[in-house]
Amino acid sequence: MGKISNEELLQTLVAKFGDKISQLGDPYGLLTIETTRESIISILSFLKVEQNFIHLTDITAIHYPELEKPFGVIYHVHNLAGGIRIRIKVFLTADDVHIPTASEIWEGANWMERETYDFFGIIFDGHPDLRRILNVDDMTAFPMRKEYPLEDPNRIDKKDYFFGR
Amino acid sequence: MHNHLLISDNDPQNELSTLNLGPTHPATHGVFQNVLQLDGERIVSGVSTIGYIHRAFEKIAEHRPFYQITPLTDRLNYCSSPINNMGWHMTVEKMLKIEMPKRVDYMRVIVMELARIADHIVCNGVLGVDTGAFTGFLYMMQWREHIYEIYEEICGSRLTTNIGRIGGFERNFNHIAFDKIRVLLDKFPAVLKEFEALFNRNRIFVDRTKDVAPVTAETALSYSWSGPILRATGVDYDVRAQEPYSSYQDFDFEVPVGTNGDVYNRFLVRNEEMWQSLRMIEQAMDKISKEDPTIFHAPVPEFYLPPKEEVYNNMEALIYHFKIVMGEIDTPKTEVYHSVEGANGELGFYLVNDGGRSPYRLHFRRPSFINYQMYAPMSRGMVLSDAIINMSSLNVIAGELDA
Repeated sequence: MGKISNEELLQTLVAKFGDKISQLGDPYGLLTIETTRESIISILSFLKVEQNFIHLTDITAIHYPELEKPFGVIYHVHNLAGGIRIRIKVFLTADDVHIPTASEIWEGANWMERETYDFFGIIFDGHPDLRRILNVDDMTAFPMRKEYPLEDPNRIDKKDYFFGR
Repeated sequence: MHNHLLISDNDPQNELSTLNLGPTHPATHGVFQNVLQLDGERIVSGVSTIGYIHRAFEKIAEHRPFYQITPLTDRLNYCSSPINNMGWHMTVEKMLKIEMPKRVDYMRVIVMELARIADHIVCNGVLGVDTGAFTGFLYMMQWREHIYEIYEEICGSRLTTNIGRIGGFERNFNHIAFDKIRVLLDKFPAVLKEFEALFNRNRIFVDRTKDVAPVTAETALSYSWSGPILRATGVDYDVRAQEPYSSYQDFDFEVPVGTNGDVYNRFLVRNEEMWQSLRMIEQAMDKISKEDPTIFHAPVPEFYLPPKEEVYNNMEALIYHFKIVMGEIDTPKTEVYHSVEGANGELGFYLVNDGGRSPYRLHFRRPSFINYQMYAPMSRGMVLSDAIINMSSLNVIAGELDA
């Protein structure tokens, strides 16, 4: 099986999903598309079942507090035989951070989604066991959100007045 | 705090016993807790608790300039920190579109393959210890020590190495480093051969490992496994071969694969990988001798810290020094994913940059974290002593597991 190019893959996806996806470019050769939470599962299972993207590399999230949809959930999926990766983003509003789980497509998504929940508070609907994974169970905050400070903001001993921290 | 002790609902007669394996049990080689439900010696179910040494690296990384993130990567898989260091440097270089001179690439290949050997020595040696054979471990440990001495010559430290800089190496390899690498190439093959002779057809070892915890390729892929344990199931996915970085495309090496993914297969795959690493180091030594021996970093003064005497005597060097140290270098607004073949699998760095002094978001794809997910489900039905061996052969490193 030869290598698949980004254009071919994008055409396949556009032909199948039309305006449910939009291209965000291909930084450093990695095709990046955006979609909605309604179609993410059908896109992921289409990629896995029909396009041979059998390896879920990673699921993570990002927080842009100033955007209208501040939370992005980011999937990296890999077609091992075709030697191509794709990055898929779904953006969510702050008051409704629900997205369907991918753990029915890949078992490995289970812990990745738990980690994403633990750090960003993204709720994966249908997840079999959505608990915190690295932080303590009784933590109330979601520490990778931008409003969560790295250190106690009241301490002054490490302030650098010239260059900021 | 931990109220997930599941267990009583499938055990109305209260016949099963609960065992806390870890978090500090010596047989688990790290901070791992598994709450197991046992029927005699057989595991009925288990729950893994992780996060005991979580250190918030991803959060810290959002507050540090790029060159200060390298020491964080050291502390992921601390058995092979140089691979993590190189992976991080290459991620930033990919973002900044820095072309590396060939000699630097070959130096990196040497360092990474040394680290892979060191990591596999520990993993396979410990697997021997867990099956009751201490000799092989101590015998091989000598050579991990030798590899650490090579690190020491190259960068000055041993475990958490902080080898290299963004844009190359902080200093050239000295002749002692080269001498020690040659000693390794001369003497280590005989040791590895003897190690294999001790184990590969050893009746006790084979009985303890063969057909223990077999994994099919489908299951392994569904759990997103990567690295030696995925290859032991028969999938030939190796980042070095599939998406060559740091001039791995110039090297002649094979990707060993196993058949049924059991503990014995994983052991054999790791041993074979050590042979392949030795082959690559040999080739790299060859190639390096044909390059200009003074080159050890890329000509990118705006990203690579200048030597101190130049900082004191040269205006440009002083400016660059200041800009780099204060995090004032210009970086593009972009996102990049780069992965390297770590000793445990695909080690990925997903970096989102907004042009500031530190990453907007940095996510580590940590193979130990992803590989370890299957441990509790796959332990079901196993006897406890097999589960211990299974954990050793997964080579889960607590630092990488918990970030």
